[in-house]
Amino acid sequence: MATLEINNLHARVAEEGGERILRGVDLTVNSGEIHALMGPNGSGKSTTAKVIAGHPAYEVTEGEILLHLDDEDVADVDVDLDDEDYHWELLELEPNERAALGIFLGFQYPAEIEGVTMTNFLRQALNAKADEREELFEDEDEDEESAEADADDEGYDTSPMEGPADDGEIGVAEFQEILSEKMELLDMDEKFMQRYLNAGFSGGEKKQNEVLQAAMLEPAVAVLDEIDSGLDIDRLQDVSKGINALRDEQGTGILQITHYQRILDYVEPDHVHVMLDGEVAKSGGAELAEQLEDEGYDWVREEAFADA
Amino acid sequence: MSSQDHLKDTNTEERFEFKKEEKSAFKSEKGLTEETVRVISEDKDEPEWMLERRLRALKQFQEMPMPTDWPGQPDLSEVDIDEIVPYIRPDIEARGGADSWEDLPEEIQDTFDKLGIPEAEKNALSGVGAQYESEIVYQNMQERWEEKGVIFCDMDKAVQEHEEIVKEHFMTKCVPPSDNKFAALHGAIWSGGSFVYVPENTTVDMPVQAYFRMNSEGMGQFEHTLIIAEEGSEVHYIEGCSAPKYSAFNLHSGGVEVFVGEDAHVQYSTVQNWSKNTYNLNTKRAIAEKGGRMEWISGSMGSKATMLYPSTILKGRGASDNHITIAMAGEGQDIDTGAKVYHNAPDTKSTVESKSIAKDGGRTNYRGLVHIADGAENSSTAVECDALMFDNESTSDTMPYMEINESKVDVAHEATVGKIGDEDIFYLQSRGLDDDDAKQMIVSGFIEPITEELPIEYAVELNRLVELEMEGSLG
Repeated sequence: MATLEINNLHARVAEEGGERILRGVDLTVNSGEIHALMGPNGSGKSTTAKVIAGHPAYEVTEGEILLHLDDEDVADVDVDLDDEDYHWELLELEPNERAALGIFLGFQYPAEIEGVTMTNFLRQALNAKADEREELFEDEDEDEESAEADADDEGYDTSPMEGPADDGEIGVAEFQEILSEKMELLDMDEKFMQRYLNAGFSGGEKKQNEVLQAAMLEPAVAVLDEIDSGLDIDRLQDVSKGINALRDEQGTGILQITHYQRILDYVEPDHVHVMLDGEVAKSGGAELAEQLEDEGYDWVREEAFADA
Repeated sequence: MSSQDHLKDTNTEERFEFKKEEKSAFKSEKGLTEETVRVISEDKDEPEWMLERRLRALKQFQEMPMPTDWPGQPDLSEVDIDEIVPYIRPDIEARGGADSWEDLPEEIQDTFDKLGIPEAEKNALSGVGAQYESEIVYQNMQERWEEKGVIFCDMDKAVQEHEEIVKEHFMTKCVPPSDNKFAALHGAIWSGGSFVYVPENTTVDMPVQAYFRMNSEGMGQFEHTLIIAEEGSEVHYIEGCSAPKYSAFNLHSGGVEVFVGEDAHVQYSTVQNWSKNTYNLNTKRAIAEKGGRMEWISGSMGSKATMLYPSTILKGRGASDNHITIAMAGEGQDIDTGAKVYHNAPDTKSTVESKSIAKDGGRTNYRGLVHIADGAENSSTAVECDALMFDNESTSDTMPYMEINESKVDVAHEATVGKIGDEDIFYLQSRGLDDDDAKQMIVSGFIEPITEELPIEYAVELNRLVELEMEGSLG
């Protein structure tokens, strides 16, 4: 089981005099759990999501983000976890390294990349993730001596005319098989795969695509930033089915950022958190979301101030 | 293994960045005088008329000023002809090129092996010419084409063996030396290159390729390519070029003349990967007769500065032209390239698609001209140029000139200039791609609309080069 643990996270916009946005966020998401992160506009929900993924526009001034992993999470790589608490400090890692370890960010406004087909993109992403994992865990394992030995051993395994040896990329057939399975699950048309990544996609298609990517990359924890915005009811149901499947089929932990109770009717959260002014002001069960829907956020604010 | 696989598996960097010790049979003095021209012509045992043409071109070169007044043109102040070695004849026995790779000296054989030329020849080409320094060292074509009357030979050999046709077409009506200063220079000291002749109604179904390699420091390469495609014929010519990098500058000033006969179809593809100390100043032009079709495909990755504007004169009714241009400029590079099309007859059609990428302070410029003559009714042209910049240090300009002297025409023009988006990069990174791979993916997507139209063997090579440039491991 993997655990994303955020402790006392402070962050500001990474420019001179940049606004302080996060003021001590504490949050823990275990794989297999569904968390809803709610709160009014400007409370820091999206910033939390971006900081977890490593967005360069934000600078972390205090706190830590840890990803705890166990044997199951690293079964694909050759690493021995004798450490009782095996974890990575995400703040020290590049966004792609975080992705390789199992962090996924579903964007509120996914980028449109012209000229790159979905198929090419997904294959490359899967291969990049596999390569990066090997590298991360290799470095972890390797002592200095063997690093030196490697340095002496530079050059080609094969003749330069033949290029570098095949590094075990995912085969086309295997890829297609995984893809078809995931697309069926999400009720997506195969034609999707020949289109350019998000280019000209409707709002709903983009969100479906975010969930598809999460399904393909099988992250330990997926942070979904307003995945429900701009969806009609049919699409909302498809997307919700996909999110539930992420949890049920591959044990992904979900941190779902939303303004509305609506999606929570389909994706029932185990935990609900309310952010106010850059902190998690209140946490509770599914019933908390219903209460917020009825009563708004003012009472949470009052309660939080009373506590303080 | 198919040729595409072969190209894909070849380590591109290894293939271009190696130097061979200079071994030559004859090397001219540095600089350019009448004496130099006479010596070159004599060494080649040329007919008198060719010497005369060379000397006339030399005079024109000396009279013409260096181009300095084009808006935003690359800086050519370093280009001092007196510092250039214009002619180096490599040490080979057979003039006109050996027809077997084994007959070449080892270092030359090894050079082209590394560039993957013999392998490509076996798999996907009708014929191959390979030039080393100033001379073609290898030339071969499949017999079945020879039997049909197709000629593919060394340009110097063509002067001797196909004298009449060369005399008629060589720098007379297509690219006269008076065209520009570097065309004049070329006319004076040209050496090597290819002569291609395709008889009527003959379709050469696999491409012919010429590869030009400069090995020596401070040399100039001035090969001449003359292609004559008779009525109803079809041919695809590919040229590749590269050189290892030296501290002194090199000069490449090629000349290309293409005659597209009635209803003939010529495709001319270039992958230019000169080292980043090379000035690449070429003149390329085609004349298309009635119903003829000319296609220029150009990938410009290398060189310190390039000024190249392949042009097509649509002379006959219904002739058409298609330009595809990809330019990429990194640190210290100024790639000034584009297209010129002259619509001189009714019902002529042209399309220009240009994609340029500037990074690490490099500069790209699209400079183009579409001229539609009075009376060229029902002609149409569509020009589309897109530029992508990586950072604020890089620049990209677009100068599409149009001269439209006829009212019954259809003219379309589109241009975009964009900067690679940080959010786009972050999106791809969040999916596991590292910074370089993310940028590379965005670039390959940017040029995708063009690469999907390219012949496969060309597209594979081009993609490899783009990848290599993106890795920033060259130069």
